[in-house]
Amino acid sequence: MTKIADYQGSSAVANVKKALEEAKKNEHYNAILSFCEARALERAAEIDRSNVTGRLAGVPFVAKDNFLTYGTKTTAASHILENFEAPLQATAIERLEAEGAICIGKANLDAFAHGGSTENSAFGPTLNAVDETRVAGGSSGGSAVVTALDIVPFAIGTDTGGSIRQPASFNGVYGVKPTYGTVSRYGVVAMASSTDTIGCFTTNAADAELVMDIMAGRDPHDMTTLPDFFGPEAVKRQQKIGIIREFMTDDVDGEVKERVSEYVSRMKAAGHNVEEVSLPILKYALAIYYIVVPAEISSNLARYDGVRYGRRAQSATLTELYGKSRSEGFVRENKRRIMIGSYVLSSGYFDAYYLQAQKARTLLIQAFNELFDTYDVLVGPVSPTPAFKLGENSSDPVKMYLADVMTVPASLSGMPAISVPAGKTATGLPVGVQLIGQRRSDAALLALAKDLEADA
Amino acid sequence: MATAISRDEVTHLATLSQLQLSEDEITALQDDLSRILEYVTQLSELDTSGIEPTYQVTDLENVGRHDEVVEPRITRDELLSLSPEEKDNQIQVPKVL
Repeated sequence: MTKIADYQGSSAVANVKKALEEAKKNEHYNAILSFCEARALERAAEIDRSNVTGRLAGVPFVAKDNFLTYGTKTTAASHILENFEAPLQATAIERLEAEGAICIGKANLDAFAHGGSTENSAFGPTLNAVDETRVAGGSSGGSAVVTALDIVPFAIGTDTGGSIRQPASFNGVYGVKPTYGTVSRYGVVAMASSTDTIGCFTTNAADAELVMDIMAGRDPHDMTTLPDFFGPEAVKRQQKIGIIREFMTDDVDGEVKERVSEYVSRMKAAGHNVEEVSLPILKYALAIYYIVVPAEISSNLARYDGVRYGRRAQSATLTELYGKSRSEGFVRENKRRIMIGSYVLSSGYFDAYYLQAQKARTLLIQAFNELFDTYDVLVGPVSPTPAFKLGENSSDPVKMYLADVMTVPASLSGMPAISVPAGKTATGLPVGVQLIGQRRSDAALLALAKDLEADA
Repeated sequence: MATAISRDEVTHLATLSQLQLSEDEITALQDDLSRILEYVTQLSELDTSGIEPTYQVTDLENVGRHDEVVEPRITRDELLSLSPEEKDNQIQVPKVL
């Protein structure tokens, strides 16, 4: 697989042309929704004239289509934003561009990032990079697939409950969900504001470190961004690592467990101390998530009303305009989540659902904190199965949600978690191992992954 | 399948959420929402007495900024041009009442 370094030192225009050519050759994966070809070539020419330099000078990338970007539309893979052209760019994009990186297009996703397969895109599913009969994972499915297909050396995405980690594992690439607040959310379509994070897909740990180092940092446009803490660091010798018992039960695919166990063996061989740990409250994490997140979604998606921007349905009255524009503009999964959110926040149900979930979230964080008093890193699979078949889980929302069971705990806790390729099943499907750390330990997780990659 | 919420409740939630649903959608969503609510109801087993809720995970508190006027990045014309219908420098909508 190609690395960022493979694109450095060569002509930016040639890099961009090659990436566009590769993308168009692989159009049937439906990984890219639109290209910003003219702007990309213009920027590349400027870089070749040496007017722009930086750590990613001339390196092409793809952004999930929920990042506001110039030069093309930002649709969030929804009908309501089908023709939306952003008047500003996300801070993450601005930071990458300041280092000379070039956005060539926008990646497919589940509409408004609601989903774990990219099948909820209003513009059709993305196919898995390894097996075209299977899902790409989601919601950042397109970003994972363009990285796995070597169309670009890195892509960016959002992870609210696993939307970077799970597609990374399904397609065999690295995926980073940072500590909450690491990267500014300014200019990114909001889903659940208390767990939305921005991260990246790469083919190796060192590239992930570089991309995160560039995107991270305080932004006056997002008051939840943390003061700078992210900086590449060396691996600590002899770490204490806990393998999560609840993630290695009989419900988990046998080959997934085998690949994770092999990775753990490599950790031991590298001198780290690995023990089994237990977090009984993980049993409730998915239920907490599917109360808290829909509640925040119902609030965040209230802004799509067909009045100020986005697609408007023709209507005789204002109430009808809201109802029709939203109904036509959202996919069924968006409606499910908005309505669950309305339910758990409504009077009479608030205490039993929303408040109870936020209290349970405290218990979950406490349980993690207790383990992190002793352990540096927790390890387990990213997903209970490898990539599933297209259509396999789409008829039952709860079945689809269960695919998120291992990724939502770190999201609810604001903790960093990365997905690292850990080999394949007998039929060739990629498996990912998940490393979870205490808040602000992002660089240490990547250092560990980098060190173990060298041993592989 | 026994449903956790009634058809009337689904219709009420649609009104609260400003969604105009077809009859078929209401039927489908009644089933979907019932499955989801049945799943999340397991949280009631958990003893949370005396536990404070967590609403945010940043550890940050009262983040301030200097009391200075920041020039907006977007102009009024740019914003107006995003609107589906515009008239006399205002966004036009159908009658409210």
